[in-house]
Amino acid sequence: MARRMPPVDVVLVGFGWTASIIAQELTDAGVQVLALERGAWRDTVPDFATDHIQDELRYAVRKQIFESPERETLTFRNNASQTALPMRHLGSFMPAAGVGGAGVHWNGQCWRFLPQDFVIRSHTEQRYGKGFIPADMNLQDWGVTYEELEPHYDRFEYLCGISGQAGNVNGQLVAGGNPFEGPRKRGYPLPPLERSASTVLFDKAAREVGFNPFPCPAANASRPYRNPLGVQMGQCTYCGYCEWFGCGNYSKASPQTTILPVLLRKDNFHFRTHCNVTRVNTDSTGKRATGVTYVDVEGNQIEQPAQMVVLCAFAQHNVHLLLLSKIGQPYDPVSNTGVVGRNYAYQITSSVDVFQKERLNPFMGAGALGQAIDEFNGDNFDHGPHGFVGGGYIALWNTGGRPILQHYLPQDAPKWGAGWKKAMHENYLTACSIATHGSVMSYRTSYLDLDPTWRDVYGNPLLRLTFDFQPNELKMSGFLTDKAAQIGRAIPGASIHEKKRQGPYSIVPYQTTHNTGGAVMGDDPKTSVVNRYLQSWDVPNLWVMGASVFPQNAGYNPTGTVGALTYWSAEAMKRYLKNPGPLVTT
Amino acid sequence: MNHDPARRDFLRLVGVTVPAGMVLCACGGSGTDAHGGTANAFFAPGEMDFIQAATARLIPTDALGPGGDKAGIPTFLDLQLAGPYGRAERWYMQGPWPTGIDGQGYQLRFTPAQLYRQAIAGIDKHCRGKYQQPFVGLTGEQQDEVLRALEGGKVDLGDVPSKTFFNLLWQNTQEGFLADPAYGGNRDFAGWKLVGFPGPRYNYVREIGEYGKPYQQPYVSLIGRAPGTALAHAGEAS
Amino acid sequence: MGAALRKALALASLLLLALLCTACSHDRDPAAPSAVKLGERMSPGPWGQISRGRYLVRAGDCEACHTAPNGAPFAGDRAIPTPFGTIYSSNITPDPETGIGNWTDEDFYRAMHEGIDREGDHLYPAFPYPWYTKLSRDDVLSIKAYLDTLTPVRQVHRHNELPWPLDQRGLMAMWDGMYFQDGTYQPDPKRSAQWNRGAYLVKGLGHCSACHGDKNFAGATDMDDPPTGGYAENAYAPSLAGGVRDGLGSWTEQDIVQYLGTGRNSRTSAAGPMAEVVEQSTQYLSKPDLEAIAVYLKSLPAPKDASVATVDKDTLDRGAALYVDNCEACHLKQGQGEIGAFPPLRQSSAVQANSADTLIGVILDGARIPQTTAEPTGLAMQGFADHLSDAQIADLNTYIRNAWGNHAEAVEADHVADLRETLRKSP
Repeated sequence: MARRMPPVDVVLVGFGWTASIIAQELTDAGVQVLALERGAWRDTVPDFATDHIQDELRYAVRKQIFESPERETLTFRNNASQTALPMRHLGSFMPAAGVGGAGVHWNGQCWRFLPQDFVIRSHTEQRYGKGFIPADMNLQDWGVTYEELEPHYDRFEYLCGISGQAGNVNGQLVAGGNPFEGPRKRGYPLPPLERSASTVLFDKAAREVGFNPFPCPAANASRPYRNPLGVQMGQCTYCGYCEWFGCGNYSKASPQTTILPVLLRKDNFHFRTHCNVTRVNTDSTGKRATGVTYVDVEGNQIEQPAQMVVLCAFAQHNVHLLLLSKIGQPYDPVSNTGVVGRNYAYQITSSVDVFQKERLNPFMGAGALGQAIDEFNGDNFDHGPHGFVGGGYIALWNTGGRPILQHYLPQDAPKWGAGWKKAMHENYLTACSIATHGSVMSYRTSYLDLDPTWRDVYGNPLLRLTFDFQPNELKMSGFLTDKAAQIGRAIPGASIHEKKRQGPYSIVPYQTTHNTGGAVMGDDPKTSVVNRYLQSWDVPNLWVMGASVFPQNAGYNPTGTVGALTYWSAEAMKRYLKNPGPLVTT
Repeated sequence: MNHDPARRDFLRLVGVTVPAGMVLCACGGSGTDAHGGTANAFFAPGEMDFIQAATARLIPTDALGPGGDKAGIPTFLDLQLAGPYGRAERWYMQGPWPTGIDGQGYQLRFTPAQLYRQAIAGIDKHCRGKYQQPFVGLTGEQQDEVLRALEGGKVDLGDVPSKTFFNLLWQNTQEGFLADPAYGGNRDFAGWKLVGFPGPRYNYVREIGEYGKPYQQPYVSLIGRAPGTALAHAGEAS
Repeated sequence: MGAALRKALALASLLLLALLCTACSHDRDPAAPSAVKLGERMSPGPWGQISRGRYLVRAGDCEACHTAPNGAPFAGDRAIPTPFGTIYSSNITPDPETGIGNWTDEDFYRAMHEGIDREGDHLYPAFPYPWYTKLSRDDVLSIKAYLDTLTPVRQVHRHNELPWPLDQRGLMAMWDGMYFQDGTYQPDPKRSAQWNRGAYLVKGLGHCSACHGDKNFAGATDMDDPPTGGYAENAYAPSLAGGVRDGLGSWTEQDIVQYLGTGRNSRTSAAGPMAEVVEQSTQYLSKPDLEAIAVYLKSLPAPKDASVATVDKDTLDRGAALYVDNCEACHLKQGQGEIGAFPPLRQSSAVQANSADTLIGVILDGARIPQTTAEPTGLAMQGFADHLSDAQIADLNTYIRNAWGNHAEAVEADHVADLRETLRKSP
């Protein structure tokens, strides 16, 4: 029998980026908010302090800052004919546990999606015809437009203190920025980061080839910053320990460095750590959420009643919770009906390693320090001759030069022994790598459901991931990689190693933590779990945040769009809370 | 007051309770304690012989600097396998245990520590069968031959695919060479000096724009710079 | 109970405490007295008096000493370490038996003005009546009016842990006879009303020299001496006098207002006990009052600068290397800090103070800039107690105190060892 806690107005499942934003917004509106976090409390000092955070082995290799699969993992297979097996340790992606979520260990690569990305189905049909879209591709519009999200992108960027160069302000192109970006109302709050030697190489080469390189938008503060909430950030020192680390310098935007100093002072906000939510509870009609049940650190089952529930966990965990709670119709890939678990997507990446003679000091870097080109993202180019949907950016990221995982060796270098040693000696300081970062569309055959065999530490079935790269994506990624190689070859004295992404998808090597879909947003309850305000079609006082609502994945890192959607949804929640009815319509 | 924060840091980082002699071994480079016995945290003496020999072949000593054995990698591996990593503490280790495809990742029921134990015994057995010697007794060329066979998945190690073991050994060897010296490997910054990584320095605001220039500060670990380098950089004081 | 849970519980209780401390206190009190109306009743009626009292209670930071860690606010029982022993603060909630519920206005005024309690016993000067005696009667009674509105809490006063003969209250009468001069603040007619208001706050309710002033062997502060620095709670409160090197000589009035109001300015940030003072007290002072304090403090003359021995080069070299490895990333190459984030060390009066104890304490245990309503970010620095030896911390301190034009006495390893031990034992 679960213990029952006193009811609250709003309960948030998870306490990362989306929960922090929702909590800040709703407490300002006078609502009582409680966040339940499965991991531990964490703060810059002592948890990410500079006397120990720069430890590649502990954090990046042994993965101590991420979620622990020991308690809860997923099973994986490429297609329905295989038996899915448990992901026994992390590999392809790195979800977080603990306050701040993945907002603690992200790089800070903070993009806006393109205006066409939000209307990709109608845009593609209009430009290329219906027949251009493969039959098994569940391509859909988002139900929200770039124009509607623009003010919310702006809010998130000013919250985080993004360093960057605008390319399009109110329709006016600005030199040095991304000429393909959607129009923004104003520039970034901070100027771009300093350029490292390798990003300068990339910039020159890309210009030579005829592209328009620009500094990538970075949630690593290029100057000391004070955000609109009054929270201060320090200037990034280019230490090279952003991605997979917490920032010890208050320079990388995270809930801790942008919201929590204000949020935690409010008496209508509370949070509890080590509380793993296992169910969203509904009343007898199944149409109204009554709260959640969680397991605390001592294994007690506890019921937390609430007027409204917001799922703010990582993408696949939100979907897992919906499936376990039997909210919404689970997706059936055979009939292509049902919605929960439908349209899982990911990111497709590849790289071109560059070997040249100039000393680059790769260890001077930042998580989002990079130069990029956007000529081949979204529908910025004519797809007609190529026969695929989607695209991506090409960038040289200089995130750091951590020697265990961040060294590049020529293709012909021996794998071990004296030859390996010599290659390490000759290349560590001078090699760099150009990355491609491509979109992944949604397919009938890519989905999430419950595994029939393996269980988590709470006795619940694990989530099962069925996913593979489809021909459309491999073709697109190959195209991007060739373009990246073109830039690589334009670097003086360079020899390159083109590393195209090959199928099938493997869960072993790290690619990105850009898992999307499974609880997607849209205008049609037959093909989406939540409406355009991220409110459940079935249970109107339940909302779902995060990249699980992406109908398919665009060619950019997701966090900027996750932040914008959260602010967008928070506005709708405020309207809903004034007049709790079935669904927000305006 | 006897206060040695470096040692406390070292133990905290390694995350394992070890005999006092072990720490001396880690810091001083000797695998033998005052009583003449070995004081490893995990490896049995014969296993340590294999590790010493194998890491010396995987990263040999040459004109570019010390090899894996001299860089403290055996100590690193010993401590790692004795700790939470060796026990697979963060891994999902629930059965059943069917065999999967490569893309589904590790599916063996062995923890890393168990895997090493099983594999080293199998390798020595294989060497005795083929060369009438344990691995440590072979010539360098023969040892390389065995390592290449392991790498190619051609040695029968019972339940452990030899390729899986080789990949883990090589991955952990690189870790020991290139991780912070606080973990017992990368002794005297051997790995970092080879490549030119200065260690956990924390502010390159000025230097990042000095394209092509070597970075000047001495190598540093989470537990400080090497003794004696303090005065070598007296110019910083002004 | 797991370590993580303990941590979460500790955090939760801290948060609760923070909420209790700051609940309904986010707005500046509209009834706060203006700078020039020294000692006058501000508005008629009990609410005016109560809200005025609340403001004054904050200005005097009464809650800090009269609240135990995790205890009920104002219920006392906080251990106050003194060089002579531990004194426990009293319960000043209106509980009739264990608090001040039965105290008359006259009882309360006598305690504040003369340091004598309701029973006629002499109080220990850990209670800063040598400063509070300067308060106007109106202010004292406003404080009482506010305290009377608190929820009564039963909390029996714990016996002080003092050795004989200090445990004899009679001795305090002698102490008072030798060191204590009662008397309400008398405005200096040659000075402005603003200056007088500042002096009233600094020398009275603010009791600044209790920490920032020198104390004699009997723990007494000479009220006529300028506050040229003093030891307080295992730290050293730097000089507030006009010295350029180790005082407020180079600060502007605006620097002082910003520091007291937000816990930070372009010169330094509050650390140690002062961080708590800013969080609980000075951030709530009205701008006119902060400006008055600034005007008064800036009028204090510079004492003759102490002569400081030159430090040997080897020590500075060792310290410089430690600085590069451990500090430079945030405080930067020339100790200039990062304005808007991390405090400068160069030309810092706190760094060059007569004693390095605060600096040593910060390096050992870390520090957090106070979180204030105006500046909510509690930027923090980790401690290096587990990282650096006593000798290293001494070298590092000596370097920081003598680099980039700084000049101050060197620090010895033995002294760091002593302070490390003291801080380890303190709660």
